[in-house]
Amino acid sequence: MGKKFILIKLVIVALLFGSSLAAQQHNHNHSGHNHDHSGHNHSGHNHDHSGHDHSGHNHDHSGHDHSGHNHGSHDHDSHGHHGPVCGVAHDHTFDAGNTALHHISDANVFSIGPLQIPLPCFLYAPGTGWDIFMSSKLKFDKIGHGDGGKAYNRYVLDGGAVRRVKDASFPMGDVAISGIVHQNDAYFVCHNNKLYETEAKSSADGGLFGGGITSFYDFSLTKNVTSMLIVTLLLSWLFLRVARRYRERDGMAPKGTQSFIETMFVFIQDEVAKPFLGAQYMKFLPFLMAIFFFILGLNLFGQIPFFGGSNVTGNLGVTMVLGILAFLVTNFNGNKHYWEHILWMPGVPAWVKTILTPVEILGIFIKPLTLMLRLFANITAGHMVIIIFVSLIFIFGDLGNNMGAGFGTAIASTLLTLFMMAIELLVAFIQAFAFCILTASYIGAAVEESHEPH
Amino acid sequence: MTGSIVAIGMGIAVIGAGIGIGNIGSKAMEAIARQPEAVGDIRSSMILMAALVEGAALIAIVMAFLVA
Repeated sequence: MGKKFILIKLVIVALLFGSSLAAQQHNHNHSGHNHDHSGHNHSGHNHDHSGHDHSGHNHDHSGHDHSGHNHGSHDHDSHGHHGPVCGVAHDHTFDAGNTALHHISDANVFSIGPLQIPLPCFLYAPGTGWDIFMSSKLKFDKIGHGDGGKAYNRYVLDGGAVRRVKDASFPMGDVAISGIVHQNDAYFVCHNNKLYETEAKSSADGGLFGGGITSFYDFSLTKNVTSMLIVTLLLSWLFLRVARRYRERDGMAPKGTQSFIETMFVFIQDEVAKPFLGAQYMKFLPFLMAIFFFILGLNLFGQIPFFGGSNVTGNLGVTMVLGILAFLVTNFNGNKHYWEHILWMPGVPAWVKTILTPVEILGIFIKPLTLMLRLFANITAGHMVIIIFVSLIFIFGDLGNNMGAGFGTAIASTLLTLFMMAIELLVAFIQAFAFCILTASYIGAAVEESHEPH
Repeated sequence: MTGSIVAIGMGIAVIGAGIGIGNIGSKAMEAIARQPEAVGDIRSSMILMAALVEGAALIAIVMAFLVA
């Protein structure tokens, strides 16, 4: 009993330590992604604000590397200067919503804790053609936020994601930039004391947030793609290993990984495939298993703290492809009865059919659509809630200006985050299961033989 | 202004889904209490139904995101 308590205490202490580390990280990284303030032209880092209320604002971020982090501007209502300007450092605002959105979206760097690992970029723009390089070419800080210090062929890195400068007069090739300024929803690159607006991130990465038509296409190996590859390799290794074990230990009781996988496999087979698909379950079992373990693996991989922070099953593009697969498998396997019930429902009056047929046809598309949205929304919401709980520390701690409140909130927020993570583990299983069981029920309805008396 | 209205809309959608899932859960509990041997079947149908109810709320929430 005593040992258990010591263990629990150790875990809590470790997590508190971890969250305070994260606090520093966030304080450094995310101070002010909300730059909807009127600008004030400062030359360099000179903060001479006599007459302005800046007491309480920490201008001396000693220990933090701010070279190249020229985000933002100050809130000086009494000044007439408006619009973004170059060379302004430090912000005093923290926007939890933007932080959360940033963390659930895709990026061209893979982060392990504070460390940023470059990933290959495959970019295509009509006119300039293909550009293939590692994202380290855009010179972001290895430990930091992933803002680029360089532009290459008008591509810049902002918060780990590639953007492109709109202005065609911006020089091509390697160009040094002195920072990226955010204002309202627009992003500006600072080069030679002049601001150049950038386009939105390429919508090819499937972000619901921050789409828009762009002049370039991003086919990069982003952090989501990397996570997906890692999980796929991991699952392949696991299943090939288990399959070999079954051949070797034929007729014997399962052992080790075998019994771990067998529990889940038999559960899906007996609880999902057999009841819904009946005699034909063997035909669709591989598809259902692939869907279940792929979603489960990615859900769980996204839960690992400080490792990648990928949100693959919380990406609309990924869930859309899964939904389309379910749609194709259902409709290509639909038998005569399935289509008859959709197009010309037997046994109802003709005037009812005129209402029923359009509704049923809509239903074909709504089913995979809800599959797609359910998985996306559940996983994204889980990630966001955890980030918002962590963000509470910085909201109450006022970005390090109110240490007492910060530490107090850190304790409460750590416990809340732990609780949410436990729930999210449950959600990871439930959502994989729900996707699988719903797909099975849709396929089951499509392949079912007629119940009508002959 | 649109933001607050959207927030209210999302809240209403969540209330609806909450009532629905609550009903499903309570009935499932009753069913399990009556027939403990059918717990497996009841659990699968419960999750299936909860997922369907949730779907309606999710569509509302995604619409709210798009409007906001």
